[in-house]
Amino acid sequence: MNMSRSQIAKRQQFQDALFQYSTQFFAGLVLLALLGIIISLFKDAWPALHQFGFGFFTSTEWDIVGGEFGGFVPIYGTIITSFIALLIAVPLSFGIAVFLTEICPTSLRRPFGTAVELLAAVPSIIYGMFGLFFFVPIFADYVEPALAGTLGQIPFIGILFSGAFNGIGILCASLILAMMILPFIASIMRDVFEIVPPILKESAYGIGCTTWEVICRIVLPYTSTGVIGGIMLGLGRALGETMAVTFVIGNAHKISPSLFAAGSSIASTLANEFGEAEAGAHLSSLFALGLSLFIITLIILSLAKFMLIRMEKAKGLKT
Amino acid sequence: MNNTQLSNHNAGLFRRRKLSNTIGLSLSISAMAIGMLLLIWILAVLFYKGFSEINLEMFIASAPAPGSEGGGLLNAIVGSLLLVGSCTLISTPIGVMAGIYLTEYGDRSRIAEITRFITDIMLSAPSIVIGLFVYAIFVAQIKHFSGWAGTVALSLIAVPVIVRTTENMLRLVPGTLREAAYALGAPKWKVSFTIILRAAQSGVITGILLAIARVSGETAPLLFTALNNQFFSVNMNAPMANLPVTIFQFAMSPYENWNGLAWGGALLITMAVLVLNILARVVFREKVQG
Repeated sequence: MNMSRSQIAKRQQFQDALFQYSTQFFAGLVLLALLGIIISLFKDAWPALHQFGFGFFTSTEWDIVGGEFGGFVPIYGTIITSFIALLIAVPLSFGIAVFLTEICPTSLRRPFGTAVELLAAVPSIIYGMFGLFFFVPIFADYVEPALAGTLGQIPFIGILFSGAFNGIGILCASLILAMMILPFIASIMRDVFEIVPPILKESAYGIGCTTWEVICRIVLPYTSTGVIGGIMLGLGRALGETMAVTFVIGNAHKISPSLFAAGSSIASTLANEFGEAEAGAHLSSLFALGLSLFIITLIILSLAKFMLIRMEKAKGLKT
Repeated sequence: MNNTQLSNHNAGLFRRRKLSNTIGLSLSISAMAIGMLLLIWILAVLFYKGFSEINLEMFIASAPAPGSEGGGLLNAIVGSLLLVGSCTLISTPIGVMAGIYLTEYGDRSRIAEITRFITDIMLSAPSIVIGLFVYAIFVAQIKHFSGWAGTVALSLIAVPVIVRTTENMLRLVPGTLREAAYALGAPKWKVSFTIILRAAQSGVITGILLAIARVSGETAPLLFTALNNQFFSVNMNAPMANLPVTIFQFAMSPYENWNGLAWGGALLITMAVLVLNILARVVFREKVQG
């Protein structure tokens, strides 16, 4: 081999450029995927959006035979289940994060932390089966009568807890969703709690604060952006969750004031109807539902991400 | 206020603060207890319902016809392995290369920041929408459900996981290692591939294992892509049986033996996912200690 130096340098330059462009290409694929999803969903959703106009988002009609479609019922179901799930999951995950960062003995932090992460790793279909076969009967026999007997007696909000005790329904779906996002939010909160500079906490302890005061007045204000970001990331998960909800929401296409009643969410409607949908208005309406779900989660996840990035920057300033 | 009043006032304040501290901390401990109970409850239910279903027949027989006795999950297990295996083969190079780009080339540039942002969003994007997308660009074009479509859908979920972990792991490699390699005259691609990637090997493997764990339990994206298949088939170009969708259909069915098989499959898949997760942590921990 007697290649001159310039030849070697040239070959290496070529290989370098080739390698750089191929890595860049694969990184670009990720961007393309997101654009592709939005464009292709929009293309398939366009006939329905065009036919029903903005009324698609406000109409409660879902008449497969008559070809009239409106997405309000599943959109309402998606938002209400995710909202109730957050109401339940946020305080619990806050408690878990506090336990893992402030109370738990150091040697037990890792096993408990791993257990929480394992809970987050359990596939959603398992939550769905567990919900349908074990949670729903308990819910129908004990929890719903108890709720109806207490909260149901209060005027005005009582209507939320009325109706037949089927177990299946909006409230049950919300509870299963809460179980699913609980470990997810908890591990993000734990991560942001851990970036609080120890010197801040030690100063507070030094002037005689209790652990609870340190958490509420030092840790929480310092990490508020990250905590909200984590909650919104959990909300993004809850909105798009399919299998767990499909099992227990009841899949009824109606809006009822009672939380015990069956309903439907965007994801459960898609899972139930997409396979059998005829091409035309029905299929296109399902695509329109999918598109609205994607856009809603996109906005929420972007906001969450912005907040978490701000948190990371604060962490950078600290060191 | 004289001294006794002041000390009474202080003692009262102290009691209140101690009380709220105790209440707050006990609530936090009970939240953790609820979380742990939940994990134990789910695992206990899975073992209670699923363990008796796991026998040899489950691994050597295919799904039973409606109403008939016996049968197993062989077709679904093989299908799942094929789908997840091909997904891993496709998404690993894409994810690792994109991760290399983000640390070694893109770094702080605008396009790298955008890619990072989009990857993070794709990490939590609703998986059913990814199924819809693959249906629109793949299944609707070839006019039948296929194993390959399922593979593409799963890859779209796996790639962001691999990109993010690869990037984070490559960032942990000390800069001096890069500089030492450059000083010897190694070209950049060789440095990235044979030095940096090798140094971060176990971290990258962790990411791949986590991605496999994530996709093997995914049901929603397979509903409209690979669908399901009652029969044993290794043809990736046809509808393909897989564990999650089989579990879904069997659990929702009225037949008792189908429900039983669904629980057996559910136990199988949960154990696989949990073991992969623990394995990923062990691989990573060994590297950190070593």
